[in-house]
Amino acid sequence: MRLIAILITAVFINNYVMSQFLGICPFLGVSKKVETAAGMGVAVIFVMALASAASWLAYNFILVPLNLDYLYNIAFILIIASLVQFVEMFIKKSSPSLYQALGVFLPLITTNCAVLGVAVSNMQAGYNFIEAVINGVGGAVGFALAIILFAGIRERLERNQILPAVQGFPLALISAGLMSIAFLGFSGISLL
Amino acid sequence: MNPVKIIKNGILNENPTFVQVIGMCPTLAVTTGAVNAVGMGLSVTAVLTCSNLFISLIRKFVPDEIRIPSFIVVIATFVTIVQLVLKAFLPSLDAALGLFIPLIVVNCLILARAEAFASKNGPVASIFDGIGMGLGFTLALTCIGIVREFLGTGAVFGVTVLPDMIPRTITMILPPGAFFTLAFLMMAVNKIRASRAKA
Repeated sequence: MRLIAILITAVFINNYVMSQFLGICPFLGVSKKVETAAGMGVAVIFVMALASAASWLAYNFILVPLNLDYLYNIAFILIIASLVQFVEMFIKKSSPSLYQALGVFLPLITTNCAVLGVAVSNMQAGYNFIEAVINGVGGAVGFALAIILFAGIRERLERNQILPAVQGFPLALISAGLMSIAFLGFSGISLL
Repeated sequence: MNPVKIIKNGILNENPTFVQVIGMCPTLAVTTGAVNAVGMGLSVTAVLTCSNLFISLIRKFVPDEIRIPSFIVVIATFVTIVQLVLKAFLPSLDAALGLFIPLIVVNCLILARAEAFASKNGPVASIFDGIGMGLGFTLALTCIGIVREFLGTGAVFGVTVLPDMIPRTITMILPPGAFFTLAFLMMAVNKIRASRAKA
C-alpha cells in the first residue's frame, strides 16, 4: 500500500515538473513535438529508475559505511554521468532502433536536474531500496506525463497568430503556468 | 577583453535568465521571496566564479574527451563547499533553499560557462565572466523574487509594505506564479530588445 502511495504521490501530487520545478530545461527545450517529447519521457523513465537504484546502493553500501556521506553530491553526479554514458553505449550495441529513437536525448539527461533531484530526495526521505526505485519511476512517469501533455498544447498553439513579444518562451511559460494550476488540484492530498 | 566589458556582457547583453534562458529550475523554484532569490543567486555566483577560475587553470592539462566529467567534478566540489558553508553559517537559508543547493551542480549555466568561456580563456577573464554571469543571474532571480513576494504576500525582502486590507494573490507564491512572472518579465525584455533593435 505504501508503495502505491509513493508512486501516486510522485506522479501527480509532487509532480517533479509542475510542483517541484525539477527538469524544467528539457521540459521547455524538448517539448515542441509530441514524438520527441515522448522519446525524452521514455529515456528519462529508464535512466531515473537505474539512477535511483545505483545511487541508493552507492550511498548505503559505500558512502555511509566509510563515513563519507557528506560527499553524496559528487558521488551521485558521477554515478549519473557514467550511468548515462553506459546506457548509451549499451543501447547502441544491443538495439540500434531504440538507439535511434532515444540516442539524442541520453546525453541531455545528465544535466536533467530531476535525475540528481530524485537521488538526493530518496536519500533525504530515508527510503529503502524498493521505495527509492518506485519513487524514481514515479517521478519519471510524472515528468513524461507533463512533457507529453505540454508538447500537445504547444503543437496546437503553433498554428495561432501570436504577438511577436509573446512568441517562444513567454508563451510556453504561460501555458506551463496554466498546466501547473491544473496540477495544483492534486496538492494537499496526503497519502503517506 | 576588458573586465568591465565582460561583466556588463554577463549582466545585460547575455543575461543567463532572460536572454540565454538557462538554469531555469532554481529560477522558478526558489523565487518565492526576494531573500531566497538573492541567496540562491549569490551561491551560484560563488560556485561559478570558483569553478570558472579552476577550470581555466586546468584547461591545458585535461584531455578533450574527458573534459565534461572533469568539469562536473570540479563544479560538484565547489557546490559541496558552498553547501557546507551555508549549513554552518546560514542554516535558515540552507533550509529554505533545501534540495536546490546540491542541484547547483546540474545548473546548466555553470557547465555552459565552463564549456563556452573558461575552457577557452585565461584565469583572470574567467573570474570576471563568472562574476558577471553570476550577478546577471542574481539580478534576474531578485526581480522575479520581488514581484512574486510583493504580489503573493505584500512584502518586499520580508518587510510588509502593503496594508492588510488589500488582498494577496496567493497563487503568485505557488508554482503557477513562478511561470507567469517569468513569462511577463520575458515579454517585457523581448519588447525592449525589439524596440532597441529597430532604433
